[in-house]
Amino acid sequence: MSTGLWFWILLACAVAFLTKLAGHLVPARLLEDERMTRVAGALTIGLLASLVAMNTVSSGQDVVLDARIGALVAAAIALLLRAPFLVVVLVGAGAAALLRLTGMG
Amino acid sequence: MRRFWASPAVRIGASISVATGLYGISFGALAVASGLSVPQTLALSLLMFTGGSQFAFIGVISGGGTGAAAFGAATLLGLRNAVYGTQINRMLKTPWPLKLAAAHVTIDESTATAVGQEDPAEQRRGFWVAGVGVFVLWNTFSLLGAILGGALGDPARWGLDGAAVAAFLGLLWPRLKGREPVAIAVVCALVTVLAVPHLPPGIPILVAGLVAAVWGWISHGRADEGLEPDVDPYPSGGHGATDPTGGEVR
Repeated sequence: MSTGLWFWILLACAVAFLTKLAGHLVPARLLEDERMTRVAGALTIGLLASLVAMNTVSSGQDVVLDARIGALVAAAIALLLRAPFLVVVLVGAGAAALLRLTGMG
Repeated sequence: MRRFWASPAVRIGASISVATGLYGISFGALAVASGLSVPQTLALSLLMFTGGSQFAFIGVISGGGTGAAAFGAATLLGLRNAVYGTQINRMLKTPWPLKLAAAHVTIDESTATAVGQEDPAEQRRGFWVAGVGVFVLWNTFSLLGAILGGALGDPARWGLDGAAVAAFLGLLWPRLKGREPVAIAVVCALVTVLAVPHLPPGIPILVAGLVAAVWGWISHGRADEGLEPDVDPYPSGGHGATDPTGGEVR
């Protein structure tokens, strides 16, 4: 892998640590401003939802519907049945692999 | 030692460590499948050490995004840890230089375990047991997953792309409590799908992040929506366990 990726990995790690440390150092009332808390919460939901969508349908810059849709549905069912995280991940993998194996993906 | 393990916070912290640490195996396998080397994968688990951001980073890379876009997604997703940090700091009042270690293990799991306790000594025990426990097991299983993932060969054949979809849905799911979080999720997913054909890989995630941030800025809903740690160590109606930003903390 390129040294370029190492740069971004290490920078992201440093900023992740500084973010956590900032919470411990900055006066509480600054970070506990209701509006900032709302932004942080909405951001967390929005980014995760976006990552779900991108990993389900994107193939580079194309939108492709394939076995990953099946993985999404299977994972949602597993979550509705209150399966633990690792089981959800395995169900997603199994669904995608199975759909491909049967030529439907 | 026996009294240590008799503490409810210690036992809860330990069980959350095992449950979370185990799924480090899926992170390791997916990271290698996305094109990272084993040392790069382990660097993320050791140094970044916040699962959502780690998954975001490799999710962008596997979608063909640049290192800069992966950095952006991981950093934005990690912002909630700053809010957790203020909670932990107020509860634990950790002295220097221990504060540095406390900051590093300030994650969903350790925050949820600490906030669910009322006694300050229990809060401290719960935080450290969950934080250090997850750290040790998460890194161990990340390494194991990375080695296994490398041995699997073609990721698509094993459905690893489906595993990534399931992993992100699993991270999102516990935060979808109430109507507004669901609305934010649906809108951001749609924005992403619409943006994918028009923007370089990875950038649609940042656009969705911007939409979510603006939504949060103008919203008047409950302040802590989406800021509930993605684990609930106290599922049987524990007090404030899923509410680290709420008024439970003294």
